This record gives sequence, C-alpha cells and structure tokens, in this order.
Amino acid sequence: MTTVTAAVGRGAAKATRRRGGIAPPWYFAAPALIVYALVMLYPAIAGAGSAFTDWSGVGDQRSFVGLENFKQLFSDDQAIGALRNTLFLTVAIVVVQNGIGLLLALGVHTTIKSRMALRVVFFAPVVVSPVMVSFLWKYVYNPAPDAGLNAALNAIGLGSLRQDWLGNPSLAIWSVAFTVIWQCAGYSMVIFLAGLEGVPQELHESAMVDGAGTVARFRHITWPLLAPAVTINVMLSTVGGLTLFTQIIAMTNGGPGYATDTLSTVLYKQAFVYGKFGYSTAVALVLAIFVAAVSFIQIGYLRSRETTA
Amino acid sequence: MRTGYRPRTFVRELVMIVVAIAFLFPVYALVTLAFKDSTQVANKPLSLPDPPSVSNFGEAWQSASLGSALLNSTVITVSSVVILIVLGSLAAYFLARTASRLSYSLYILFLVGIILPFQLGMIPLYQLVNDLGLLGTYQGMILFYSGIQLPFTVFLYTGFIRSLPADYTNAALIDGASHLQAFGYVIFPLLRPITGTVLILNAVFIWNDFFTPLLYLGGSGHETVPVRVFAFVNEYTSNYGLVAAGLVLAALPILLVFLILQRYVIRGFSSGLKG
Repeated sequence: MTTVTAAVGRGAAKATRRRGGIAPPWYFAAPALIVYALVMLYPAIAGAGSAFTDWSGVGDQRSFVGLENFKQLFSDDQAIGALRNTLFLTVAIVVVQNGIGLLLALGVHTTIKSRMALRVVFFAPVVVSPVMVSFLWKYVYNPAPDAGLNAALNAIGLGSLRQDWLGNPSLAIWSVAFTVIWQCAGYSMVIFLAGLEGVPQELHESAMVDGAGTVARFRHITWPLLAPAVTINVMLSTVGGLTLFTQIIAMTNGGPGYATDTLSTVLYKQAFVYGKFGYSTAVALVLAIFVAAVSFIQIGYLRSRETTA
Repeated sequence: MRTGYRPRTFVRELVMIVVAIAFLFPVYALVTLAFKDSTQVANKPLSLPDPPSVSNFGEAWQSASLGSALLNSTVITVSSVVILIVLGSLAAYFLARTASRLSYSLYILFLVGIILPFQLGMIPLYQLVNDLGLLGTYQGMILFYSGIQLPFTVFLYTGFIRSLPADYTNAALIDGASHLQAFGYVIFPLLRPITGTVLILNAVFIWNDFFTPLLYLGGSGHETVPVRVFAFVNEYTSNYGLVAAGLVLAALPILLVFLILQRYVIRGFSSGLKG
C-alpha cells in the first residue's frame, strides 16, 4: 500500500477505501458465483453449444451438424405453430392481464369499504401453484353441458354459449390464456396499486379545480405517472407469456392437435418424449434469443417513455 | 376521488363486489364439488352440497400422499430460501461496496441470469445433476433453486445495500470486528426489509414450481406438492369430487400463510421489482 500516495484518480480513491476497511473481501461473492456458474452459466453455454449437434441425450455421442436443427425448426409445422401460439399467448396475456389489473387497481384504490378484502381476493390466486389453478380451470372448462362454466351459463340463461372450451382447436388457446390472466391479474393489480399510491393527491385536486373530468385526469395525471408500473408489469407478463409451460401441460398438453403447443412445451417434448436433445436445445436457444431481444427492446422503449412522461 | 363515502362510491362498491363474486366462481365450483359424493356431482354440479360429505378429503389426502408431499415441499423450500438469503446477501454486499471493474462485471454477469430462460440450460443441467447422483434427492432440487433464483436475489440485495450508508460497518471494522462479523452483526440486520421481500418471492416461487421437480423428482418418493397433485389428478381424472378435494387440500397451506401474512406478501410482490 506504499503506492497509494502516488496513485491518482479512481485508483487512489479505491485504495484508500480498501485501506479504510470498507470494501469487503472477494470471498464474500465466491460461493454465490460458484453456484451460479454451476447451475446457470455452464448449462446455458453447454445448451447453446449442443443446439448445433445431433445429440440424442444418451451417452456423449454427438456430432456437429451446423445449422441443421434451426433449418428443421423453421420447416417443422409443430415448431412454427408453437412459435405462433407463443407470440399470440404473450400478446393476449400482456394486453388483457394488465388491462384487467389496471381496472382492478383503479377499482380498489378508492374509499370503498371492501377495498382491503377485495385486494386479498384478487391477489390470492397469485400464490397458488399454476398446476392447481390449471386443474381448477380444467374442471371449469368441462365439455359436459351440465358442469362447470357450461352449467353456469345455462343457469343464467346463456345456454346457447356453451362450448367445448379446451377441445375446440380455435378456442382452446383463449381458454388457456384466460386461465393465466385469471391467476395473474391480481399481480398486475398490486404493482399498479403501488404506482397509484405514488400519485400526489394535490395534482388531482388542482386539476379538478380547473374543471378536468375523471377521464382527463386519468389520461394526463394518473397514466403518465404509472409509467414505471407499466414497465414492470409489461416486462413480467411478457417473460411469463414467452416461457408459458405449466398451464399448457396441465390443461391441454399442447392439444387438440398442436393447437396450444408453445416453444416450451415443444422443447420439452422433443427432449423427453422423442429424445432429440440437440434439436430441443435449438428450440431453447431460439426462445432465449427471443426473451433477451424482447426484454432489451422493452427496457429501451418503456424506460424512455418513463422519462419523457 | 378519495373524499368521503358518496352514492357514487356505493355504486362503485357494488360493482367491485359483483366482479369479485364472478372472479370467485371457479373457487366456489371447486370447493362445493369437494364436499359432494358422486351422485351429487352428477346431478347437482353447481348447487351447494346437500348433505355435505367430507369423505373425499380423507381419501384424497391418502391417495395423493399429501402429508409427505408437504414435508418434501417444506424441506426443499426452507433450505433453498436460507441458502439464497445467505449467498445472495453476502455476494450483493461485495458487489455493492466494491468500486472496481471486476465487481461491476460480476454484477452484470448476475443480471444476465435474470433474463436467461432456464430452458436453455435445462438439459445439460439435468445431465449434470444426474452425473452428481442428485436426481430424485432434496439436495438436487435445493442446488437447482439456489442457482436459478440467485440472480434475482443478488439484484434485490445489491440495490438495497447501495442505498444504505457505509458508516455503520466502518465503525465496526475500526473497533476490530472481522468482515464477516461486521456483516453478520451490523449489515445483515439492517437488510431486514429486503430480506423479507427476498424470502416471500423466492418461497412462493419454489413452493409452486412444477417443471423441474417433475423432471428431477418424478417417481422418487421426494415429490413436492405440485408434482404429487399432477400425478394424482391425472390418475383420478373422472372422479371430480375426489380431485377437487385434493386440489383444495393442496392449495390450503399456502393460502393460509398468505391470509396470515397478506400485508407482507402483497408488499413483497408489489415492491420487490422496483429497479
């Protein structure tokens, strides 16, 4: 430490701080880094590598096949369908879940007496396992005309709307999306609520004095100030939508046909049903690139929205 | 707005309660189903059980081996969360208090893990856990969660520690405490709010996770609650009353914990992600 006096700038400040005993030693980070490298970094790198091989998952025999797996992916009807379903589910979930979450937040962020109880009700599904929520809705979507949702529709005089909710290929994906939305809308709600609590009441009061109506006040005061909550909600629901797996496996297993397969269910089936591990990791790599790209674009766009708002 | 209880507020209250009732319809359908015998299930699917029968619950508890599943879930969740809190807070303390290029790069490296979908490493990791002889064991699952949830844990702790003044530790270190002592006695207690958030978010995630426990624990006898429920429902698909009772029993523990700690849980979920 004799060089400290001679050093300048950042280095000097650092050395002084070290000497002052502030900076903790490197071994504080070592255990976390080892576990992280073992469980996430090494497997991710190995996975990205085997996406270019014909690995079957049994033993270590694998040969390099270049972009073969990716060519196959983009000519495979099941994979392309899964890609389309994944994007559809993601958009539907992001828009509807956050829309409902915002309405619920606005509804309970008032003087109504039941507001605390309502928060608990709407949030409760968030803490329950998606497997159980999926099975609950699988019963609600029972195709029998006298059970679940169909029975309820009949009871309120809407019997003509009864459907085979999960068996109809064009309806099944909406039914799955709605299950996710029902479970997660409360999550969006509490994040919006945290945002609403940060909106100064004085802004609303002075706007009211100026004659601004409810809609105008929402558009010009509440909505711009909710921008950080929108960022968090959109990012969370996007990643959730892109990696959707459990609800599909529990409710439809990708069916009817391939109507509700997603990238996650396809890569799972390719690996553990068909033993095509190389191809499966290629699908996983495409999914990873998707998630990363969408996250970066969203961070950039939504953050700029926050600062200009 | 938030000024007194007016007729308009009353209308709003009614609307919200109607929404809540519609929202709870699936839960009503499930709970009433669980109290019905098979003839009631067939004849009166939506009415209240008359008379209510509790026999489904005992049978579901037995058939799904929910007792041991709850034990497995508890062991895995508690161990993983403890490891995450210890490793995550220590690493974050280093990352937040060291102003070097190395610590900044390490921080970014951890952040990458937040957006990296675990599916990418799923198969190599499965192989690794298999090679280590940890498939079907508690340790395999605990190792998995300790790694997969670390980036997020480190991110939360680092942000929080950066907002703390450094003076406390300085004083402790000058008084002759070691770095670990200063951390354990001075810093860690100051992290309580964020430790609460880390605990809640990780515990809920791990308790409910399904995909990896299905892969690692299927058929081992160490299955967690979601994996047991999955197998149970698939086995008794058409016995609706029994399936419903199993789902009610399996969801009950975490719902009870949520009801008791609702304020903390909701705060944890709504505040934990401000970054």
